[in-house]
Amino acid sequence: MKYFSAGHGACPGCGLPIAVKNVLQVLDGKCFVVNSTGCLEIISSQYGKSAWGVPYIHSLFENAAPVAAGIEAALKALGRKDEGHVVVFAGDGATADIGFGCLSGVMDRNHDIIYICLDNEAYQNTGHQQSGLTPLGEATTTTPVGKMMPGKLKNKKDMVSIAVAHGIPYVATSSSGFPADIRRKVKRALEFEGTKYIQIHSPCVTGWGVDGKGGVIAAKLAVETGLYPLVEFEYGKLTRVRKIKDRKPVEEYLKMQRRFRHLFKHPMGKQIIEELQRIADENTRRYGLDVKRK
Amino acid sequence: MIEITIGAISKPMEAKKIKTGDWGTEYPVVDIEKCSGCKSCEMFCPDLCVEVVKENRKKYAVFNYDYCKGCGVCAFVCPEDAIKMEMKEIYKLEVE
Repeated sequence: MKYFSAGHGACPGCGLPIAVKNVLQVLDGKCFVVNSTGCLEIISSQYGKSAWGVPYIHSLFENAAPVAAGIEAALKALGRKDEGHVVVFAGDGATADIGFGCLSGVMDRNHDIIYICLDNEAYQNTGHQQSGLTPLGEATTTTPVGKMMPGKLKNKKDMVSIAVAHGIPYVATSSSGFPADIRRKVKRALEFEGTKYIQIHSPCVTGWGVDGKGGVIAAKLAVETGLYPLVEFEYGKLTRVRKIKDRKPVEEYLKMQRRFRHLFKHPMGKQIIEELQRIADENTRRYGLDVKRK
Repeated sequence: MIEITIGAISKPMEAKKIKTGDWGTEYPVVDIEKCSGCKSCEMFCPDLCVEVVKENRKKYAVFNYDYCKGCGVCAFVCPEDAIKMEMKEIYKLEVE
């Protein structure tokens, strides 16, 4: 691999390098990577230990998208647009909370960039604090479990619908458990002119409380239970979904992770599991995930 | 000793000099007979240490143990069940 090197500092079984290396492989190294603060920056860009084989710039938490927009505008002005695509790798906190306003502006101006949100469902770099994309019922250090609280009380922010509402050409979700899906979606995104938003579910082994291979197992289960539907929108229209054969109950996904284990003991746990199952059913109905039997 | 370049620009692929192979307690072993060279492990490996090579018309996965952190993702995703995780010698304890 010429674009992302071995020897980076990610935990064993981390989902971020799986997503990053597949994206870079599809782009064939012809890209300018912009990275916001987060786990990916820490593991890959320490001074003298850079893992990147492509042009890379790190900026502040909130302005990865505007930096990318600036690079894109500069390439356009200099007539060097054929040199590569501008790709943003940002975490879920940088996308849905801190960099949200700036990202909205970039989507509004429709700069020709690919924005990839590596969604590990909390601020895992600083030690598992809740973010906008943290799902319902997850125990984090800012939503601890106790007598009153059964973890996070609000559901995951629907970033996909927000991105679709901006009227950008391509919005998709993908998962580190399905690298072939990541490759196909990035390839498809390259065909559009404008802002492309891809949200990749990437497991965090330490934050989610699973072992090395558990991250990929959890990412696969999230898709198979319907909690993380893999969908594609082109110009606001749902064009393609990943159908699920024999959808599994959400308990199977929840019980393998430490961040959800309190739900099976807490007095409010049952209610939350039912609510999560309802969300999975709602996703299935909304996107038509189930395979119809004849 | 860290050498600082003008503008403190990092050189590409410098992470290669950090050998992360000693992080894990387990390491993968490939059964070359079973391996079909499907590249599932190459696509998944988070530490980029798998390479599928071709030798005498036979494709099989080769691991770079200098960087493997022993997460076991390759063994889980292998459709042929050709990869087994084995404990490193130094972590084997004899309990009586």
